[in-house]
Amino acid sequence: MKDPGRLQTFVPGLDALTDGGLPRGRTTLIVGGPGCGKTILALQVLVEGARRAHEPGIFVAFEERAREIVKDAGAFGWDLPGLQKNRLFFLDAHLDSSTVHGGAFDLVGLLAGLSAKARQLGARRIVFDGIDKLLAHLDDPAAERLELLRLHQWLYESGLSGIITAKAEHVDPRHSPRYGFLQYLADCVVLLQHRLVDTIASRHFQILKYRGAKASCNEFPMVLSDRGVEIARYAADSLDHAVSTERISSGVTDLDAMLRGGYFRGASILISGAPGTAKTTLAAEFADAACRRRENTLFVSFDEGSAQIVRDLRSVGIRLDRHLKSGRLVIHSTNARARTAEEHLLQIRSLVELHHSRCLVIDPLSALTGTVGGIEARSNLERFIALERNLNITTLATSLLEGFSEAHETTTTAGVSTLVDTWIHLSYLIQGGERNRALTIVKSRGMGHSNQVRELLLTDRGPSLSKVYTAGGAVLMGTLRWEREEQERAARLQEGRAFEEQQRVTEDSVADLTSRIEGLRRERDERDRDLKRMRQARTGDIGTGATRLGEIGRMRRGRANAPGSGPAGRPPRKP
Amino acid sequence: MKVRSTRSPARGGREPLSLRLYVAGVAPNSAAAIRNLAILFPGGKVSGQPVEIEIVDLLKEPLRGLADGVVLSPTLVRLAPPPVRRVVGNLSNHGAVLLALGVVP
Repeated sequence: MKDPGRLQTFVPGLDALTDGGLPRGRTTLIVGGPGCGKTILALQVLVEGARRAHEPGIFVAFEERAREIVKDAGAFGWDLPGLQKNRLFFLDAHLDSSTVHGGAFDLVGLLAGLSAKARQLGARRIVFDGIDKLLAHLDDPAAERLELLRLHQWLYESGLSGIITAKAEHVDPRHSPRYGFLQYLADCVVLLQHRLVDTIASRHFQILKYRGAKASCNEFPMVLSDRGVEIARYAADSLDHAVSTERISSGVTDLDAMLRGGYFRGASILISGAPGTAKTTLAAEFADAACRRRENTLFVSFDEGSAQIVRDLRSVGIRLDRHLKSGRLVIHSTNARARTAEEHLLQIRSLVELHHSRCLVIDPLSALTGTVGGIEARSNLERFIALERNLNITTLATSLLEGFSEAHETTTTAGVSTLVDTWIHLSYLIQGGERNRALTIVKSRGMGHSNQVRELLLTDRGPSLSKVYTAGGAVLMGTLRWEREEQERAARLQEGRAFEEQQRVTEDSVADLTSRIEGLRRERDERDRDLKRMRQARTGDIGTGATRLGEIGRMRRGRANAPGSGPAGRPPRKP
Repeated sequence: MKVRSTRSPARGGREPLSLRLYVAGVAPNSAAAIRNLAILFPGGKVSGQPVEIEIVDLLKEPLRGLADGVVLSPTLVRLAPPPVRRVVGNLSNHGAVLLALGVVP
């Protein structure tokens, strides 16, 4: 839905702020100190109008020479020479310093010329850049008012949408009557400011007045990028955004397991930790995994150059060079202090758009929050994180965090940790004269996750997380863990040996018993056989004995039963 | 309105002063400039030097002003002798105008 009363500016952020653009067919005044971007903003509205809305325009340059403006605009990639053929007209209204003042003058001739030109060109937009220069030449408050009124009247009658820029240090009418009058004439007043925040120059955009319409009067950061002016806007007033239940790998299998499947797509992840805790390595694993899933990934580094990153990560088995070659991965290395955080974030955003990145790594994010303090940093990041979420871009940021206390948490990361979905903290555990890396998942919204502290091991095949080893209520790592494990292993070994010994002894005794049983059985059988033999032998003896005794008795004539009549009296037993 | 106030090259052989005045119709400053020129160069000459004045009305030839880089009206341009000099305004400051044009009354 296009509001007919609005002039679409096509300046990123501006149309959203003003509910559609600047007032169409009316006059907008852009005021600000020197170098705050008035000319560029005005020119951009004109150029984009010509390019994208096919609305020809006229640029009247009072301050700078037109050809210099055309030349400077080349830096933003605007094809002014091409547009000048039939859509844009630049009038060099620069007043030569050799021009002699021979009395009062006016703009009647100029406006007549501009009317003719506007008709010829079919112009819809016009910029008067540096009106203050012209007014200074008038050198008379009454004449100033008269000419401004004339200009205003002309603009009104021409039906053109006008932008007038004016340099003004003070926007308070009490201090600047000229500004007061200009403001009175304009339907919309924009104030641009340029100031230092912690030694870094930052630009700000504010709408002071918008006749007959609702416009946000907050101050917004403004950035000059290689595409022109951009105004940082809050991505969304509400926190509602489409959420994904899709999981994507963190690049570390063990970490995925701890997160019960990986990060959520479109989530923001913070990896905090002291220097050297392998934050970059984890970030790179994430990037590598994304590239292997054929997702374009942007890696923003505020620490190192891309060659150094690639080299260092090769030592832990992460090969990013192939992704760089394929274009899947783009490494953007920049000095954090070269620009404002806002400019960095806008630049990152435009890189993301250009590269169609689905995953984004910022290493470290704390470089940005460190450059601007307090509220500004937080609002920057809030906006940025919200934006990435809306675009369903998974953002992994690292943050330098010296300690791990509540106080640090709120100051060092500008409260970022409350904004992110998943927060992983890396720390050193010093035990037994060693520093070992420990990984904790501090929070992870919307997913079950391990509460355990794990030991992070960097091997030449990448990071891995050792199963936690707890002993006596403490997590053991490194040598201590190794020692402890060795001890346990030895104890287990010993235990095993003792058991084996015991088993062997028992087995032996069983075998012994078995053999003894066998022996005994054999012995018993033998005795049995003996017994049998003895019995058989005895039966024979009795028979023969009695016959013999009878014979002997007969032979001797004696008593047959004399020595022992027992046997003789018994009946013979049958064997 | 094109008023050409010419004299044949001076008997004294002096090069004529060639001027062009851009005006915006009869707007007060423009009308004043024409009046002031008449006062400054009575009879079309100054100190015996002939003065040629071309008057361009920007309301009739609006694009000419843009093409010639004339922003303010009225504007007086000395075309000859070189170099080109410009004086803006209604020319009421006679001293400054004559000084800029390099003529001594």
